[in-house]
Amino acid sequence: MSASATHQTDLYRQIVLEHSRHPRNCRRPEKYDLEAEGHNPLCGDKVRVYVSLADGLLKDIAFEASGCAICLASASLMTAATLQQSPDQAKATISGFELALTTDGEHLAGDLAALGGVSQYPSRIRCATLPWHTLRAA
Amino acid sequence: MSAVPASTRRSLDVATIRRDFPVLDQTINGRPLAYLDNAASSQRPRQVIEAIGHYYEHDHANVHRGVHTLSHRATDLYEAARETVRDFINAASVREVIFTRGTTEAINLVAYTFGQRLKAGDEILITMMEHHSNIVPWQMLCQRSGAVLRVAPINAAGELLLDDFLQLLTPRTRLVAVAHISNALGTINPVKAIVDAAHKRGIPVLLDGAQAIPHQIVDVRNLNCDFYAFSGHKMCGPTGIGVLYAREAMLRELPPFQGGGDMILTVSFEGTTYNELPYRFEAGTPNIAGAIGLGAAISYLQKLGMQEIAAWEAQLLDYATHALLQIPGLVILGTAQEKASVVSFNVEGIHPHDLGTVLDQQGVAIRAGHHCAMPVMEWFKVPGTARASFAFYNTRAEIDQLVAALKVAQDLFG
Repeated sequence: MSASATHQTDLYRQIVLEHSRHPRNCRRPEKYDLEAEGHNPLCGDKVRVYVSLADGLLKDIAFEASGCAICLASASLMTAATLQQSPDQAKATISGFELALTTDGEHLAGDLAALGGVSQYPSRIRCATLPWHTLRAA
Repeated sequence: MSAVPASTRRSLDVATIRRDFPVLDQTINGRPLAYLDNAASSQRPRQVIEAIGHYYEHDHANVHRGVHTLSHRATDLYEAARETVRDFINAASVREVIFTRGTTEAINLVAYTFGQRLKAGDEILITMMEHHSNIVPWQMLCQRSGAVLRVAPINAAGELLLDDFLQLLTPRTRLVAVAHISNALGTINPVKAIVDAAHKRGIPVLLDGAQAIPHQIVDVRNLNCDFYAFSGHKMCGPTGIGVLYAREAMLRELPPFQGGGDMILTVSFEGTTYNELPYRFEAGTPNIAGAIGLGAAISYLQKLGMQEIAAWEAQLLDYATHALLQIPGLVILGTAQEKASVVSFNVEGIHPHDLGTVLDQQGVAIRAGHHCAMPVMEWFKVPGTARASFAFYNTRAEIDQLVAALKVAQDLFG
């Protein structure tokens, strides 16, 4: 495998490509308790996140986005990772994700680990963290 | 137009030219670098790098101040660069050549000085395809003055609708500000017709020449514009240096821009008298090395010949347009009849940013995004585009590399 092919699979891993093609929870719910919109003025990516709370937990989390594959996959994986968490747990998950991406990309649990490669692409980190910033704002 | 008959024109020896550009000779992610982001910033030849190095190693001091030898040398070199610029754009006098940080500062200079004339209800006319640097300074001026910004529309090919433009020239129009060439689409605007129409109504015209100056002969007296703004770094010169050309009669009527040293004759606490042109508009110690580097860049371009440069770039544009259109799902935005060597495109199902990253992994440098022209992106209803832009040192082989890299991207995301 050539060096550049290795680079590519590092960033665009199968899980990332799959989530970008078929993002989970990419919809606008009829009812929601919290919402926020995030922009990346640098590239024009836009994300809107919707959260429904029940029993102190994130019972439903959905998003609408126009953005690149990294942004869409990250939003999709985020909804899976934070569902059923309490707001405090979700905040900790967000912080952990942001820390991982701005350092070595390690210590990401489950499918989120597939986004670890983004940490090697400084210009793309904001694509991946935009949905998470938006969730925190909500 | 052509001063040299076509038959006697040399064609560029691109292989030799490339040896002047050290940065081009490297691999990126294991592939030879194909630098196709020239509309964002060009690269510099050794001659420019050496001119700057030589200046700092032998001649640096502040300009227009000292009585010592180095100050004389620095002043002479700085003013020689101004003369080189004057000659390059065929300005009538060096008094019409103001050094700025770049196109953006040049346009802001006009917005802050000429702009002081504007009153509530006055109008400034721009086009849909402007770069943010030829939109935002006018919006800020409108906020200060109560003037109104008017925007002339374009067609689906990205060409200015000249009739609509003319309709928007009203008795309230105080200034027309138009890109000579669009950075996002490559469209070459009919600037002579624009200047003529505006002048018939007594309206001054500013041309944003950032994208035009590296690619074709710019003759400000032939264009007959009142202001012409451009940047050094897009024409093989340093960053942080640019030029505002302004007609001398216009400059004489304008208030100063920034205050400080060099722009004054005398200062007392009772009052200050301002320096003569062009120094009145160059407050503070200027970017001396930048101006010298720009002068060296212009000399380099003149040695190659602007007509020869334009002819080779036209061939590259043709070749690239043809090759890209063979790729299924690829759409070119900006298909004007008159076009510079810029190709903005989108590939179905792949976001421009993902394209930019995958292409970089294949050694190909392009720009991805809105190109600081968000309104025109919105008009085309796209979040952004991928943009390949060519300089005279680019080759057909690099365009082949771009096409091959796009196929890799399609395989990955397909």
